[in-house]
Amino acid sequence: MEKAGWDGFEIGAMLRSFDGAIQDIATTLPEDRAYSQANSFTASVADWRINKPLFNKDYCIDCQFCWIYCPDMSIISRDKKMVGIDFDHCKGCGICVEVCPTNPKSLLMFPEQKDEDEALAQWPQKEKKEKEAGVE
Amino acid sequence: MSEIKKIKNLKEFSTSADRFEGANLLCPGCAHSIIVREVLNATNDDLILSASTGCLEVCTAVYPYTSWDASWIHIGFENGSTAVAGAEAMYKALKTKGRLKQPDRVPKFVAFGGDGATYDIGFQWISGCFERGHNMMYVCLDNEVYANTGGQRSSSTPIGSSATTSPAGRVSYGEKQNKKDMLAIMAAHGAPYVAQVAPNKWKDMVAKIQKGFAAEGPVYINAMSACTTEWKFAPEDTIAISDLATDSLVFPLYEIINGSELNITYRPKNIVPVRDYLGAQGRFKHLFTKQYEYLLDEWQTRVDAKWVQLQRREEARV
Repeated sequence: MEKAGWDGFEIGAMLRSFDGAIQDIATTLPEDRAYSQANSFTASVADWRINKPLFNKDYCIDCQFCWIYCPDMSIISRDKKMVGIDFDHCKGCGICVEVCPTNPKSLLMFPEQKDEDEALAQWPQKEKKEKEAGVE
Repeated sequence: MSEIKKIKNLKEFSTSADRFEGANLLCPGCAHSIIVREVLNATNDDLILSASTGCLEVCTAVYPYTSWDASWIHIGFENGSTAVAGAEAMYKALKTKGRLKQPDRVPKFVAFGGDGATYDIGFQWISGCFERGHNMMYVCLDNEVYANTGGQRSSSTPIGSSATTSPAGRVSYGEKQNKKDMLAIMAAHGAPYVAQVAPNKWKDMVAKIQKGFAAEGPVYINAMSACTTEWKFAPEDTIAISDLATDSLVFPLYEIINGSELNITYRPKNIVPVRDYLGAQGRFKHLFTKQYEYLLDEWQTRVDAKWVQLQRREEARV
């Protein structure tokens, strides 16, 4: 290839997030979007994780705290219901587990290699509130 | 005019389609993307965004990827604000000339910058944008340190914090200057809306962002962004640390309308001692030694004085 001179480079660079036109992106859910190769949605950060969150929908009350506080858009919520976790983009920070208000928590951290069915089988039981000392 | 998106509760909010994508390279547990999501999801309108150099910029535009599903530009460290202001000026010019292709779609102009780009390097540019009165929003992601380049102090770094250019040790307790009161400075520009927000109070934050979008003129939002790497706490504690910051009144949540009318938007039921907030972070751990213990009381006095001042300003309506 011929060597580019000082003015031979393209000025500026533009990356398109989608293939083709999307009319109203704010109301188009990810599954209906045509992500382009340049969109980081097509990449994965799954190898960052040491622990992964697992979701037990038996205890979930759909409060959506995990959805709003997830820094990586990895909590999938559809029709006001928590559906699951996007393991391509989850970095395993554990915020969702910390903010989960149910008892027992409906999200818990497990080692990355843990089998999901096995984890669900050994999910902890409801914790009883400890009575304050000195109160009858 | 475009309609304001109705967000009554979190369930309703969760039907929003994110315009900020995963697999960006922000640290696990980074509050930046929580703030960005809450800002972008507060509206359904088109967005024209920019970012100044900082964590948010370097982590969301790593060649060949972009994490933004909206028009987004990055130019330099200092001119995130002017990049958006220029786009806004062009939008206005095309509108007056009647050359807009879709005149019924009113975009929102938002610039993001870290505290380094806002408090130090981009200060003159932001001040210029506010003086000219562009119809835009500037969001400062305030993590009180130059986190992207390795934790140097910025003029937002609070007293006693250990940063790489103001390290704590035998002879120094770390940063010596107090934080700039950026909100007061921006309010003094006569901006129609200036507010401090925190990601853990999402409802307060979304309400403020929507007020900001509805206001005519430049809007400044100071968003507290807990930094797991530089504040030195575990990634899963981001929301817990943010709760401590708002409940200890180190980051009081308030808004200033038209440069004068101050409203406190969040009053914690139980005010947490500042000591608890400082103790939860590694950057303040030297304050809990005998040598520097006196700084803890100074901290508490300073925070209390600020809270009293805010309440008095709210009452006085000036």
